[in-house]
Amino acid sequence: MSGEELGAPQVALRGVNKTFAASRERAPLHALGPIDLDLRRGEFFAVVGPSGCGKSTLLEIIAGLSAASEGSVHFEGRPIGREVPEGVGVVFQEDATLPWLTVQQNVAFGLRRADLARAGRDERVRDALRIVGLTDFATSYPAQLSGGMRQRVCIARTLVMQPRLILLDEPFGALDQQTRLLMGDEVLRVWRETGATVFLITHALDEAAMLADRIGVMSARPGHLKDIVETGWPRDRDSRIVERPEFGAITARLWKHLRGESMKTLGRPAS
Amino acid sequence: MSRTAILRFAVIVGGIAVLEALCLAGVIDKITMQPPHLIVRDLWRLLVSGRMNAAIVKTLANTLLALGLAVGAGLIVAALLHRRRAVRDTLDPLFATYYAVPVFAFYPFFIVVFGLGDLPQILIAFMLAVVAVIVNTLNGLDRVPPVLLKTARVMRLAPAAAAWRLTLPAAGPHIVTGVKLAVAYAFIGIIGSEFILSRGGIGYEISFAYNNFDNATMYPLIVLILLASIAINSMLTRWERTLLARRGIR
Repeated sequence: MSGEELGAPQVALRGVNKTFAASRERAPLHALGPIDLDLRRGEFFAVVGPSGCGKSTLLEIIAGLSAASEGSVHFEGRPIGREVPEGVGVVFQEDATLPWLTVQQNVAFGLRRADLARAGRDERVRDALRIVGLTDFATSYPAQLSGGMRQRVCIARTLVMQPRLILLDEPFGALDQQTRLLMGDEVLRVWRETGATVFLITHALDEAAMLADRIGVMSARPGHLKDIVETGWPRDRDSRIVERPEFGAITARLWKHLRGESMKTLGRPAS
Repeated sequence: MSRTAILRFAVIVGGIAVLEALCLAGVIDKITMQPPHLIVRDLWRLLVSGRMNAAIVKTLANTLLALGLAVGAGLIVAALLHRRRAVRDTLDPLFATYYAVPVFAFYPFFIVVFGLGDLPQILIAFMLAVVAVIVNTLNGLDRVPPVLLKTARVMRLAPAAAAWRLTLPAAGPHIVTGVKLAVAYAFIGIIGSEFILSRGGIGYEISFAYNNFDNATMYPLIVLILLASIAINSMLTRWERTLLARRGIR
């Protein structure tokens, strides 16, 4: 833990804007902002928004993979520059497994840097594999696994680094609906077991409504936060929460916001 | 063994058998070629006698040296070009037409500049081999998924570590393809230049034997080169297949 004061947000964004500079092919593009957002330590925050609203750009800025054009981003009290801070893990939508390494080698990939004895490293890898349910596939190569399992490898690879903030960029976007629901349970379990803060980007309203404590709804480009919906779910929850009546109310509220914004994206006036 | 492998083997054995028959029947006369079984016997004698050891060592050592230089320089040049879009766009068409240029045409120039020693031979082999490594490595680097490069940043790898632990293995199969071609080109470069600008090595011995109607030396040496290059090539092919099989590609 850093020396930040108690109760201060773990991540703080103030007046964050992102503009892509003009190039020969296109005019300058105001992709994102202005965004003001605080993430509380240990919460599950989801962001939904129409396609092209800058959701992934927002995640990359928080991760330190991309610099904001304007505004400030702080993680645990320190400004985020062009480097990914220690304590932040990212799982991408695309398959990011390393095909030449076995599952356990993939999971151990980032640990070499960390000053760890071999035994401690093996134990961390075993733990991470257990959490994502891939213990039996430790010596398989990614090519032998399904898409969902490969994404779990990436989650495990992030977990071994013991991140305090986990950023998920539509990690289940490429998976089928059933697998997505089950992966949702998986992520909730990881979130509970690790106590990390989770920031999830998704285009699926039900996924956001089922997983998150708070849901940020983004506008069409340039994306800013139109609303933040508190779900009020108990910490101990799983995908069966979709049966609750409040679930319908939450998704309805998300959709009310998003319908208009998505129409704008399609070039139609909101009605 | 698969059906096609058996067939392939049969074609080779059949070809040798036909040669053997033609030689024994006198259709191919003894001055032109020995029957294959005598070539094998002569090769054995040649190897046991040890009188070609110096030539074999020279050729293999020079080939390996040229290959090593080509792979090292090829990887470095490809890595640099990959980062410099403008330079690469300038050079790409030159690489594409590179193998249309007969490097051997420059051999008088090489002799004038470097003399008759091993250096011009190694240089020719290097020049032939290096572009295959560059082109294939660039091809491999182009195909490294961007998400893996982002992963390297998330893992907070230093640039050198990212290159060594992530980019290089990700481009691995393409690089092996380049090395495989480089082996063939290095062999061609060394043997070829030994024919024309050397006083030693297997290429020189073949040409010397040829000029002296010494079939008992010439054919075994040709077979020796064939065997060496096939052995190295199939080793690399096997490695390439292992790499690809892990990725679910055959």
